Amino acid sequence: MTTITRKSNVLPGFGLTLGFTLFYLSVIVLIPLSATFLRSASLTWPEFWDTVTNARVVASYKLSFGASTLAALINGVFGFIVAWVLVRYSFPGKKVVDALVDLPFALPTAVAGIALTAVYAKNGWIGSLLEPHGIKVAFTPLGVLLALIFIGLPFVVRTIQPVLEDLEAEIEEAAASLGANRLQTFFRVILPTVFPALLTGVAMAFARALGEYGSVVFISGNMPMKTEITPLMIITKLEQYDYAGATAIAVVMLVISFVLLLGINLLQAWSARR
Amino acid sequence: MAGILSRLQHVGGHRRLTVTEPLPVRLLLIAVALLFLGLVLVVPLAAVFSEALRKGAAAYGAALVDPDAIAAIKLTLLTAAIAVPLNLVFGVAASWAIAKFHFRGKNLLITLIDLPFAVSPVISGLIYVLLFGAHGWIGPWLQERDIQIIFAVPGIVLATIFVTFPFVARELIPLMESQGTDEEESAMVLGANGWQTFFRVTLPNIKWGLLYGVILCNARAMGEFGAVSVVSGHIRGLTNTMPLHVEILYNEYNFVAAFAVASLLAALALLTLVIKNIIEWKAHRDAAPQPEHGENPA
Repeated sequence: MTTITRKSNVLPGFGLTLGFTLFYLSVIVLIPLSATFLRSASLTWPEFWDTVTNARVVASYKLSFGASTLAALINGVFGFIVAWVLVRYSFPGKKVVDALVDLPFALPTAVAGIALTAVYAKNGWIGSLLEPHGIKVAFTPLGVLLALIFIGLPFVVRTIQPVLEDLEAEIEEAAASLGANRLQTFFRVILPTVFPALLTGVAMAFARALGEYGSVVFISGNMPMKTEITPLMIITKLEQYDYAGATAIAVVMLVISFVLLLGINLLQAWSARR
Repeated sequence: MAGILSRLQHVGGHRRLTVTEPLPVRLLLIAVALLFLGLVLVVPLAAVFSEALRKGAAAYGAALVDPDAIAAIKLTLLTAAIAVPLNLVFGVAASWAIAKFHFRGKNLLITLIDLPFAVSPVISGLIYVLLFGAHGWIGPWLQERDIQIIFAVPGIVLATIFVTFPFVARELIPLMESQGTDEEESAMVLGANGWQTFFRVTLPNIKWGLLYGVILCNARAMGEFGAVSVVSGHIRGLTNTMPLHVEILYNEYNFVAAFAVASLLAALALLTLVIKNIIEWKAHRDAAPQPEHGENPA
């Protein structure tokens, strides 16, 4: 991040505000997080390895990674369409639709979880329509996917929207006047410009989905080896008072989260340069 | 995605495009977008209220005046009343230091402030259990002194502070950076002291961004489930927040009561969205006559 504004030493309060910032950050975030890493060091390597490669835990990685990836990609496609429609077209109720996109940010995840379960269970509004076709959503991996689509959607839409708004109309007009059809203009001119933002949004949705708990646990049914997500494995270990096991899985997830955070920061830097 | 307001101020009106898609394509895309949003967002939202009122208004009302429900509502309000102001003060302090001064390691600091958003809510609760729980590092020491943090209200507050940590700061940092230091310097030159400068010059400039961060911080504080679930111990009437109360009722197959409490949280979410849009509109309007805040540093 580069700053253009001139900074001064005339203003007071630097020591006070930076001091408080560092103190509060350390107490709330840094010390508890590093304590978790230190705690995992009390495990021997074989203990750690056995915990994080246990068959049930591995099954949860597969579900968490698979469903998060798929949800992020689906959000990439539909989130793009939603952002496109909101930026480019006008239709009645557009403002309300635009505001509603943020619903997953504002709605408590537990509420989202029970609501999705109610709608997509076999006696629910939509579940009862799908049931005769042999499609079960609630209490299957499909339900997990649905919950992860729900919580990831605004990340994609809100990352793409400002980039689409800033697109220069002249470039598209130039492409059209040079003989490109609309589809060519889209794939050769628009998509390459929006792509870094799209990728950033998809990565954010993925990162959020990996750690998500509240909206998933209700709709997933939590069947061992089948519909357990990784955050649930941490809860399960804690309920068995297996603190070491919970810490080991948490450390694996934290490392993945930090790598993703780094990746997203790099993507944003790339996106800002475009 | 940080600094929605600071970005908003620079987005101009929509250009009228001379090239666009044919009408059928436009209609199809609008239909696809609306259908998708309908299936994923609108139908579940409607289901919350419909399920809550399934057995009529009396059952709905009874679920809300249940003593355990009232205790959960009180605890949720208390938690937010502690967590939000603390993160507000932190957000203002952090953005003042970061936006108004030069120092090394600033980008690292910004990344560290964002860290809680990258951590799974379950882990956000776990870290405090590992620190303050009975088997935690400071747990035994606390136990000797009869101080309970985990499975008690302080743990719930701590976990909530953690998950809502970045909200205010990440909204204010880019906003204050885009505003620079000229106005504050002028105030100082004219003889204002530091606090006067902050309250009379800086605060009016950042008020919408501040409110925006607070609104989102509050929504998350009241709605947090995963982190709070780990540290709460689920003691009815004592350590149950509203989202946890929803879970307990739901797992007891008391669906009407679960959705009744959930409907309060859904109403809070809708209210949050409304206020958020009003703030965006006001910030946009306030920013309109001052196009000289031209460039976006984010």
